[in-house]
Amino acid sequence: MVTTTSPARQRLETWGLWLLLAAGAVVMFFPIYWMFATAVRPRDQIFSGAVNLLPTGWVWSNFTDALGRMPFLDWTWNSIVISVAAVVITVSLNLLCGYAFAKFRFAGRDILFIGVLSALMIPIQVIIVPLFLVVADMGLLNNYWGVILPRAAEAFGIFMVRQFMVSIPDELLEAARLDGASELTIFLKVVLPLSKPIIAVLIIFTFMWRWNDFVLPLVILTDQEMYTVQLGLNLLKGQYNTEWTDIMAIALLSLAPMLVIFVFFQRQLIQGIAGTGLK
Amino acid sequence: MADLSMTYPKERSETTTSRVSGWWRSSRSRLTPYLFIAPNLLLFSVFVFFPLLYAAYISVHQWSLIDAPEFVGAQNYTRLLTDGQFWQSLTNTVIYSAATVPTSLILGLFLAMGLNRKLATRTLLRSLYFLPVVVSSVATAVIAAWLFNDNYGVINALLKQVGIGPVSWLSSPRWALPSIILTTLWVRIGFCMVVYLAALQSISPSYYEAAVIDGATRPQQFRFVTWPLLRPTTFLLLILNVIYSFQVFDLIFVMTGGGPGFSTTMIVQYIYQAAFASSEMGYASAMGMVLFMLILLFTLIQWRINRRTEQFV
Repeated sequence: MVTTTSPARQRLETWGLWLLLAAGAVVMFFPIYWMFATAVRPRDQIFSGAVNLLPTGWVWSNFTDALGRMPFLDWTWNSIVISVAAVVITVSLNLLCGYAFAKFRFAGRDILFIGVLSALMIPIQVIIVPLFLVVADMGLLNNYWGVILPRAAEAFGIFMVRQFMVSIPDELLEAARLDGASELTIFLKVVLPLSKPIIAVLIIFTFMWRWNDFVLPLVILTDQEMYTVQLGLNLLKGQYNTEWTDIMAIALLSLAPMLVIFVFFQRQLIQGIAGTGLK
Repeated sequence: MADLSMTYPKERSETTTSRVSGWWRSSRSRLTPYLFIAPNLLLFSVFVFFPLLYAAYISVHQWSLIDAPEFVGAQNYTRLLTDGQFWQSLTNTVIYSAATVPTSLILGLFLAMGLNRKLATRTLLRSLYFLPVVVSSVATAVIAAWLFNDNYGVINALLKQVGIGPVSWLSSPRWALPSIILTTLWVRIGFCMVVYLAALQSISPSYYEAAVIDGATRPQQFRFVTWPLLRPTTFLLLILNVIYSFQVFDLIFVMTGGGPGFSTTMIVQYIYQAAFASSEMGYASAMGMVLFMLILLFTLIQWRINRRTEQFV
C-alpha cells in the first residue's frame, strides 16, 4: 500500500508490526520446537513438574530407545511403499487426464470435467462405508493396494494440470502432429518437458497427502504389521502408559520427510496452495 | 495398434491405403482424449461415484454386515431427527466451524498483509507461519495433546507461572473443544496466509497509486481497493475452510477421541463410530448422505450469494 504518513511514524509502525509478527511466529514455531525439546529430554525430567523451556539435556538415545520399543521402521517402510506407488500412479494419471481436458475438444468434455470437479466435493467420510465394502470385496483389506487405488485418481491434481497445460501453445502440438508424431509421443516428448514445474508440484503434494493420510488407512489397514507411520503414531498416543519422550521422538521421525520437503521445496508447496486460490 | 496402418501390404492402391489410414487416424485421434482420461474415469467410478450411489442405497437399509441388508425406507433418516447424539455432534461441528473459519481467514489476511510489506526477515517469518501446513493431523494432534496435557503440559506450567490454573484442557468438556479450536487455527492460519499473499501480490500497485492521488487513507485503500479485489479469494477460502471444518476427523480422533463424553464428537466421527464401532452401516450411511447434502447446500448458497453480489461490484 502507498502511504502518506511521515517517515518517522512509518518506521515506528513498521517496527511495531515486525515485533507483533515475530512474536506470533515464535508462538507458531513453539509446538515444533517443544516436540524436539521433549524428544531429547532426560526421561525422568518429563514428569518433574518444573518448566524449563530450554533443553535440559541431549539424550539422543531416546530415539534409539523408542525405535527399539516399536516397529517404527516397518511402519515407515509401509508408508514409503504406499506414498511412492501413489506418487507414480497418481501423477501419471493426473497428467494424462489434465492434458486431455486442456488440449482436446471432444464430446462430453465439459460434463466429464464437472464430474471430476464434483469429486472434489465428496468428502471421503461420506463414502467411507461403501468404500470399505468395495475394497473388502476386492480382497484388498490389509493390502497396500487397498489404500493406493481408492485415492489414485485425485481431482485436485487433474484440475491443477489442466490449468497449467491450457497455456501450452497449440501450435507446438500441431507442428509435432504435422511431423507425424503419434499422440503419445507428443504427450511424452513435447508436453511433459514443458510441464516440469507442475510435475514437481504434483509429486510433492501427492507424496505429502499419502504420507499424512489417516482415515482410509485406519479403516483398511487393521493389521498392525500393515500400519503406516500415522497409524503407528495414533497407536502410541492411545496407549495407557504414555511415554512422552518416545512419542515425541517418533512424532519427530514421522515428520522428517515432510520437514525435508518443507526446507527444499517450499516454493512448490506455496505454488500449489496459492494455485488453489488464484485459478 | 499404432503401427497397423503402416504395415498395410504395399500392393494395395495408394488411394485405398490413404483413405483407410486416414479414417483410422481420424477416429484414433478422436479416441485419444477418451483414452487419456479413461484410467481416471474408471478409478473415480469405482472408488467415488459408485460408493456414493452405494451409500445412498445402504442408507435406506438396516445392515450390520453380518446378515443381508434389510430395507427400512426412510427409517434411518427419521431416526436422525430424534437422535440427541446426532444433534449434539452437528452442533459441535457448527460451533467448531463458526469458531475456526472466520478466525483463520481474518488472521490469515492480517498476516498476509503484514508479510506483504518490506520487513526484515519476512521470508523466515512467512516460513514459520506456513510450516504447520506440512505437519500431519496425527502428529499435530499428538503434539497438541502433549502441550495441553493437564498435569505435565507446558501450557499449564506456563500458566502456573502467572498464577492461573491448572486448566483441565483435554479432560473437561468445557475446555476440550477450545483446545481443539486453537490447534486447528495453528494448522489453518498459514494456509490462508499463503493463499491471501498470492492474491495480494497479483494486485497491481497502480490501483493504490490512483487511490492515493484521490486522497484515500490507508483504511480507505483497504476498504475500497484491497478488500473488493480479494473477494474471489475470500470466497474460495471460505468454502475450502468450511468443507475442511465439516470433515475434520483425524485431528480430533487422535487428540480427544471425541471426548470427554460427547463434547468434541463431530458429525464425521459419529459416522465413523456408527459404522465401525456399532456396525450400523445403514445409519452411518444416512448420516453420510446428510453431511454430503449439507456441504453441497452450503457451497451452492455461497455460490449464489457470491454471484449476486458480484453483479453489483
